[in-house]
Amino acid sequence: MTVETQKTAASEKAAGKKGVGADGERRLNMIDAINDALDIMLDRDPNVVVMGEDVGYFGGVFRCTAGLQEKHGKTRVFDTPISECGIIGVAVGMGAYGLRPVPEIQFADYIYPGLDQLISEAARLRYRSAAEYIAPMTVRSPFGGGIFGGQTHSQSPEAIFSHVSGLKTVIPSNPYDAKGLLIASIEDNDPVIFFEPKRIYNGPFNGYYDKPVEPWKKHAQSIVPEGHYRVELGKARKVTEGDELTVLAYGTMVHVAEAVCAAKGVNAEILDLRTIVPLDIEAIEASVKKTGRCLIVHEATRTSGFGAELSALVTERCFYHLEAAVERVTGFDTPYPHSLEWAYFPGPVRIGEAIDKILSE
Amino acid sequence: MTDGPTETEARSGSEDMPLRSLQNAHDESPRYYASDDELLEFYRQMLLIRRFEEKAGQLYGLGLIGGFCHLYIGQEAVAIGLQSALDNDKDSVITGYRDHGHMLAYGIDPNVIMAELTGRQAGISKGKGGSMHMFSTEHKFYGGHGIVGAQVALGGGLALAHQYREDGGICLAYFGDGAANQGQVYETFNMASLWKLPIVFVVENNQYAMGTSTARSSAETEFYKRGTAFRIPGMDVNGMDVLEVRNAAEIALAHVRGGNGPVLMELNTYRYRGHSMSDPAKYRTRDEVQGQREHNDPIEKAKKELIERGRSEDDLRAIDKEIRARVAEAADFAESSPEPEPSELHTDVLVGTY
Repeated sequence: MTVETQKTAASEKAAGKKGVGADGERRLNMIDAINDALDIMLDRDPNVVVMGEDVGYFGGVFRCTAGLQEKHGKTRVFDTPISECGIIGVAVGMGAYGLRPVPEIQFADYIYPGLDQLISEAARLRYRSAAEYIAPMTVRSPFGGGIFGGQTHSQSPEAIFSHVSGLKTVIPSNPYDAKGLLIASIEDNDPVIFFEPKRIYNGPFNGYYDKPVEPWKKHAQSIVPEGHYRVELGKARKVTEGDELTVLAYGTMVHVAEAVCAAKGVNAEILDLRTIVPLDIEAIEASVKKTGRCLIVHEATRTSGFGAELSALVTERCFYHLEAAVERVTGFDTPYPHSLEWAYFPGPVRIGEAIDKILSE
Repeated sequence: MTDGPTETEARSGSEDMPLRSLQNAHDESPRYYASDDELLEFYRQMLLIRRFEEKAGQLYGLGLIGGFCHLYIGQEAVAIGLQSALDNDKDSVITGYRDHGHMLAYGIDPNVIMAELTGRQAGISKGKGGSMHMFSTEHKFYGGHGIVGAQVALGGGLALAHQYREDGGICLAYFGDGAANQGQVYETFNMASLWKLPIVFVVENNQYAMGTSTARSSAETEFYKRGTAFRIPGMDVNGMDVLEVRNAAEIALAHVRGGNGPVLMELNTYRYRGHSMSDPAKYRTRDEVQGQREHNDPIEKAKKELIERGRSEDDLRAIDKEIRARVAEAADFAESSPEPEPSELHTDVLVGTY
């Protein structure tokens, strides 16, 4: 995208027209919803700073920060060198001094050089200083597969972060939530990892990869109000109400699960977890106790994935209510493939088979 | 914040003289002129660190301090010379795990430092940090970090925050010769120089990265040169003389406060004890350590100078006695304070509980 189109997007936003459809509803895709959240927080809080590789002049490789530098200036929205560990380390120092940095790590796969800073500094500063210092920061990072990114541009490393005490991990599945969760994350005093499922930036991908992509504007969750609102961390969203089966999912997989259940005519209760730390265990427990059956779906590799934690929790808390063993549909324990992407991706076929198995017990 | 491209153009092709100008200024007149009272205060502070660390070593030997304990003995002039030059209302400091001396240099109560070493509730981090992880918001002291080199990037962030807030403060970011070989240090150098951040990088070169000498671990052992690739001026400073350290600090701070971006200072110093208490220091000779103690000790040097200026030996003995009593009190406090309540295990993890 050129600077010219950036200007257009920014002026549209300034005029408050962005995404307003014929029905008068303001409908945004996830990219614009995230941009909107950042714009609002930059306006509201002088301590908020957006930083990262190509987030300023270029507006972000996925355009999430387009127009923000032009509007808020180079001191508030700036480009950094390609130094992920340094970016996160600098953000920890800024947070400790009282700022609210929102660093972008361009792909979740690039976050690993920064793990030292995230785990040993950001997550632990508060505990080891007995709350003298905190490190509020929101690390935004596009994650997940479905775009033929191969093994270094497709991974879902959320379980690494849920394993680290002192971090929160947020994964939105739609534009409305993306905006509200991002605002809540930036306002939160703890360090937050905010993973944006990049496959659904432009539309709610339902797993049927050979069918045309549906744009966000046809989806109810694309109605994004103007101005400031929060979606509280730690509250799951009930996507569908049902009594045959509970499905636990987040990010892209919410849409895949919903499509499969609809196609099969299963009366499932689908919970979009939204945040895995903090986790809405009450909602999970209430649902599984009602349905007696639980399917967990995530894109990340299976072993020690977050599904393992969910499975253990459901078993611990709902054991005497379960009518069938808890099932997990996940990525395989392989690096994320390039050409075999749809064999790896836990798509409709595998989810359908798992549902059949759970319901047959 | 500077606009990258313009700055880069302006600087490229210029001579390397700016990179040496601070060193030249320091070499011209390397010793700070301290008044008698000032020198006495430096002496008192260095001696407090020395006696505190000796006592910490004893408590460790008695099993009262568990885990890790990195003593600052021999390096006292570095923290005192540098931190005495700071504006304590504005400037921030961050360091690695050998942090007792930096805490004491601020005049923080030795009781709460020693109690942190013994892991007690009354410790400055409620016993949750331990020897390596101590903090003080009051003094803008940002720790106390156990991961080698990781604090340097945080220092970059502190400096960026000073610049962003336009509060006139600078950050002093200490690290060791061992940490100088960590990659994130150079990521920070690049950003700090690119954005002209108000930061002084301080390599405390005590000659050994744990058990490996600089010659065995570092391709370039003159660490002050390592900023050159990032156009950061370097200073090579005798870290065993508090007045030389203070002199160099003033030059570096004036440069940084002038909005000229970072400075890299190498403070050549020596630790008399092992890397940590579990290190018998067999990688060097007894003679080498003894030679440093006899000929290069920063406290003895200050003492000699005080006597030359007319201070009596009795006066100095009285100061030592007073400091020993203060340290003994800290040790008693640290031994007698209660351990944290078990419930403290679960506090301070996240701001919000759930």
